[in-house]
Amino acid sequence: MSTLLEMSGVSVSFDGFRAINNLSFQIGEPELRAIIGPNGAGKTTFMDIITGKTKPDEGRILYGDKGISLLGLSESRIAREGIGRKFQKPTVFEAQSVRENLAMALKNPRGPFDVLLYRKTRAGAARIEEIAARIGLSEALTRPAGELSHGQKQWLEIGMLLAQEPRLLLVDEPAAGMTPAEREKTTEMLVDLGRDHAVIVVEHDMEFVRRLNCKVTVLNEGSVLAEGSIDHVTGDPQVIEVYLGR
Amino acid sequence: MTRGFLAQNPSILWFIGLLGLFTLGVTVLSEAYGTAVLSTSFVKTLGKTLCLCLVAIAMDVVWGYCGILSLGHFAFFGIGGYAIGMWLMYARTEAIVTENLAAAVIPPTEAEVSDAIASQIFGVVGASEFPAIWAFAHSLPLQLAMVVLVPGLLALVFGWLAFRSRVTGVYLSILTQAMTLALSLYLFQNDSGLRGNNGLSGLQNIPGFEATPQSQISIAFFWASALALALGYVLFAWVVSGKMGSVIRAIRDDEARVRFLGYHVESYKLFVFTLTAVVSGIAGALYYPQAGIINPAEIAPIASIYLAVWVAIGGRGRLYGAVLGTVFVTLLSSWFTGGGAPDIDLGIYTIQWTDWWLVLLGLSFVAVTLFAPQGLGGLVDKLVRKS
Ligand SMILES: Nc1ncnc2c1ncn2[C@@H]1O[C@H](COP(=O)(O)OP(=O)(O)O)[C@@H](O)[C@H]1O
Ligand SMILES: [Mg+2]
Repeated sequence: MSTLLEMSGVSVSFDGFRAINNLSFQIGEPELRAIIGPNGAGKTTFMDIITGKTKPDEGRILYGDKGISLLGLSESRIAREGIGRKFQKPTVFEAQSVRENLAMALKNPRGPFDVLLYRKTRAGAARIEEIAARIGLSEALTRPAGELSHGQKQWLEIGMLLAQEPRLLLVDEPAAGMTPAEREKTTEMLVDLGRDHAVIVVEHDMEFVRRLNCKVTVLNEGSVLAEGSIDHVTGDPQVIEVYLGR
Repeated sequence: MTRGFLAQNPSILWFIGLLGLFTLGVTVLSEAYGTAVLSTSFVKTLGKTLCLCLVAIAMDVVWGYCGILSLGHFAFFGIGGYAIGMWLMYARTEAIVTENLAAAVIPPTEAEVSDAIASQIFGVVGASEFPAIWAFAHSLPLQLAMVVLVPGLLALVFGWLAFRSRVTGVYLSILTQAMTLALSLYLFQNDSGLRGNNGLSGLQNIPGFEATPQSQISIAFFWASALALALGYVLFAWVVSGKMGSVIRAIRDDEARVRFLGYHVESYKLFVFTLTAVVSGIAGALYYPQAGIINPAEIAPIASIYLAVWVAIGGRGRLYGAVLGTVFVTLLSSWFTGGGAPDIDLGIYTIQWTDWWLVLLGLSFVAVTLFAPQGLGGLVDKLVRKS
């Protein structure tokens, strides 16, 4: 396992409020990591910083084999470097079909002229079918994404993440709004992905995290409060006080 | 691929078919090649309307599909008109001047000819020399290149600056209004090099075709406009279909999300903005020879707003909607403002449509936006779905 992403001394403030405070974090490849923390701990902001949505005030973020800095890069460039993201609130293109949503995410050249001259390939179609089967939307490929249930939209977004074939997956509260059976399937998929990718999962639900059976990082007030196995962090008195005790 | 593309977009074949029938009908009824039921000036009006339809589908692509509410696309239309107008005026004046000087005993030098042309063209603004921007006006191929290059470059530079700074929504609309306003104010100045508020005139006279009657010229331009509209329609239908269309509509609906999929949104916007500007320039270059005159008032900010109104009334996000809206509103407009609509006497006040038409148009725009965002195109969609 080699380090894929290394964040050090990162801080960011919104109107004087420090949402992320001198945060340092590392993840290897492959690795599955869960991030937990109370509401407002900065979990989503942490993902915003990695994906270029929010520019940190200070700190360093190095990524990949050559250790390139992500700080100066645009959101789209970071995504092309192999960092994919699933949002907390499912965001799919509701006016377009499930197939179109997946096709857009499919790993292919991203320039306007590449896309203009893009021709559907058999391999691409097969890949879409395969992903659709994996996320249980084979029957829904031609349906507008807006017609899907909340859980199905979550799945579609996970499918779009898979289609991008990223190296690092950032998954924000994937199980929200899912049935117990769907949660179980999500857990399996994440564990499976964690075998050959770097995966960061933000989740509220302790049971869900426990089943991921991976290293856990606890965030609080924008910094790492504790890190280790689930049993280790849930036994930490500080963690019990700020998070579990409430 | 072409077969698949047309098969997937039957509306293209429908549109081309109807446009072809319409062109045939107008030709058969024209003065030049038919029964003379339609006057030459009416043929010109129809030809001009086709050009307006072309700029309207460009507007629909940039706004209806890509979500950029540009309120400056008529500037590109006007630039296309000016670019072709410069050659038309130059070449025609050159012919007149050479004819006049032919009688002279000593053959005139090149400089003398050039000076004579310049003082003919710029006399109205008290100048007698060619400004630098007329450097290519003597050459039709170069000026035709300008029709495409000048709107394209302006859109590229303007779009690059605006999109790079992530100016969106209403701020972008205001910026594009400022662009067209600035251009029109600049052109109003006598020393702009384009004859100030006089604009360029006599554009209906095509050099080399002095002996051809206007009835035939008008039909030729009508055909050219119909062809341009057909080609523009196919081009845009192709752009907004397939994966490109998918990405463009995704940018309209949630551009931030598109970035996280790895697409450089600004490049896409720039591509759409520039391509539509170029097509608008071509539409203008076909329009103004039929109008006969172009002046800076043509690219006043309101013109670009009308463009948005046509597209909104026709129904955004469907190309035939833009065509429907343009035809419907321009025909209705000429009926109302041309005295076709009877005035309404309310006793204390008489509603004269020449004054009140714009109010009615404005109210319809608001009503469509609020209550029928699908516009006229939505009606077509309903009919098609029923059958
Ligand atoms: N764009 C923003 N502007 C201002 N405050 C923000 C912004 N984004 C996040 N915050 C604040 O930063 C803190 C961390 O938020 P967030 O990362 O969403 O927490 P979490 O995902 O852990 O619940 C919250 O207090 C939130 O209000
Ligand atoms: Mg959050």
